[in-house]
Amino acid sequence: MTSAQPVAATSPDAPWRPSERERQRRRVRRRQRLRSLAIASLATVLVLGGLVLGLVNSPGWPAVRALFLDAGFARDALPGIREHFWLNVRLFLVAEAGILVLGLLVALIRVSRSPLLAPVRLLAVVYTDVFRGIPTLLLVLLLGFGLPALQLQGVTTSRTVWACVALILSYGAYVAEVFRSGIESVHPSQVASAAALGLSRAQTLRLVVVPQAVRRVIPPLLNDFVSLQKDTALVSVLGVVEAVSFAQDYGNFNFNYTAYVVVAGFFIALTVPTARLTDWLAARARRREQPGQR
Amino acid sequence: MSGIEPDEDFGRDDEERRRAALAGDLTSGLATTAPLLSVRDVRKAYGRQVVLADVSLDVARGDVVCLIGSSGSGKSTLLRCLNLLEPIDDGVIVFDGREISDPLVDARRVRRRIGMVFQAYNLFPHLTVLQNCTLAPRHVHGLRRREARDRARDLLDRFGLAEHAGSYPDRLSGGQQQRAALVRALCAQPDVLLLDEITAALDPERVGDVLDVVRELAAAGTTMVLATHEMAFAREIATTVHFLDAGRILESGPPERLLVAPREERTRAFLSRVVGG
Repeated sequence: MTSAQPVAATSPDAPWRPSERERQRRRVRRRQRLRSLAIASLATVLVLGGLVLGLVNSPGWPAVRALFLDAGFARDALPGIREHFWLNVRLFLVAEAGILVLGLLVALIRVSRSPLLAPVRLLAVVYTDVFRGIPTLLLVLLLGFGLPALQLQGVTTSRTVWACVALILSYGAYVAEVFRSGIESVHPSQVASAAALGLSRAQTLRLVVVPQAVRRVIPPLLNDFVSLQKDTALVSVLGVVEAVSFAQDYGNFNFNYTAYVVVAGFFIALTVPTARLTDWLAARARRREQPGQR
Repeated sequence: MSGIEPDEDFGRDDEERRRAALAGDLTSGLATTAPLLSVRDVRKAYGRQVVLADVSLDVARGDVVCLIGSSGSGKSTLLRCLNLLEPIDDGVIVFDGREISDPLVDARRVRRRIGMVFQAYNLFPHLTVLQNCTLAPRHVHGLRRREARDRARDLLDRFGLAEHAGSYPDRLSGGQQQRAALVRALCAQPDVLLLDEITAALDPERVGDVLDVVRELAAAGTTMVLATHEMAFAREIATTVHFLDAGRILESGPPERLLVAPREERTRAFLSRVVGG
């Protein structure tokens, strides 16, 4: 029972030095950490190694490697893919900004109480119901071919622009519901205390509820945006050449599909930094707002 | 090196442990006389801010130990250290003859035997009161649904909450919620109960209801460690009072001495402030 022995007490003013027991415990914790690290490394090597071995030893592997992983074709297709991927990036950035605005607006309309806004509220409900129900691909086709055909004065006939609008309308409906669930998850006591300070309902939403809601919905929002990044490839159905359709053409022309793998790499390179950024934002908010909680 | 050996007592089932205890088979021969909970020179710091320094105290079976002191003096942190919610930076905590501040001890095994009630109740809002009370007995202590229910209903009945068993926590008043939280802790039949300023969030009328429960538990010989601002109550039920000041225990003693004739100037100053005399 050495453990029950009192540890030598330090005098109140002396600088603290870890006791022998504490140093012992730190050694144990370090050993535990090292053991965890060793187990994690071993498990990773075993699992990944097993997967790679299984892949490389499959009967069709040489043919697959030649068809999909050819370094020569990759180098050759890279400049073209990079050039056309820029369209995906622009589509994504423009659509994302539009979706955030539209989504938040629709969500705010749906949680508003003003009697004047009743017709708009009804429209907002119909919008989310209808546009979440239509497959994004169908919406791109309808807007991309349909609206230019109307030959409206002063309205663009660019299919790319209408495809972008289709993406905004489709994803706006999802994002509106994400925002709304975030707004509704803010505890009623927050609304009460804002009202008690004399804030109007609009001020309460803008200054108290929405900032808290936005923080909560960042992870699901990211989900939608990653999905959006990939769906920018849908504009290809309108005959607009972006990275995926370029790779498709390239593959069909050269009888080699390495370009697909390269495009996949581009999309991953776009999503991973976004994911890390939101993780970091969420962790920072936790650190700042919840001291002592882990 | 014996101190850092994995602790087989916390590796055993409760039932096994009880049987062993009955048979007088406890490895520590001191089990009957040694304190149930013993804290030695515990230190806790957040970064450079030292929250607890050289804190030592003992809790024997049946003791009601009260921690008093102003907010920020370290009472809550000390309680959280006792059931390993906060890791300590130095010192030793011994529970039932075993060092639980050992990194090799399974914290869940320890917590099964230590109950805790928080200032803000911390009931699970998505479960009814009864479900709150049967959660740990069923999923941690392995009771059957029926046994867990019977036990919870008995306790809820005893503390006047029988009619609220099916209600969701947010439908109850603060006093009822806190009593439900006490019952939830008791349903696990802990060896010691840690109460962290459990009346601090209640209105004065409801404080009495909750204190009645604690009073009844104290009379029944429940071992408790409580952080409290209720000096009159501390004087009534405490076996020992510790005054914490800036993370240190400045003065300890029986309530009739410490709360009436404190030796330290700072204890006197604190008491005159809270009593308002």
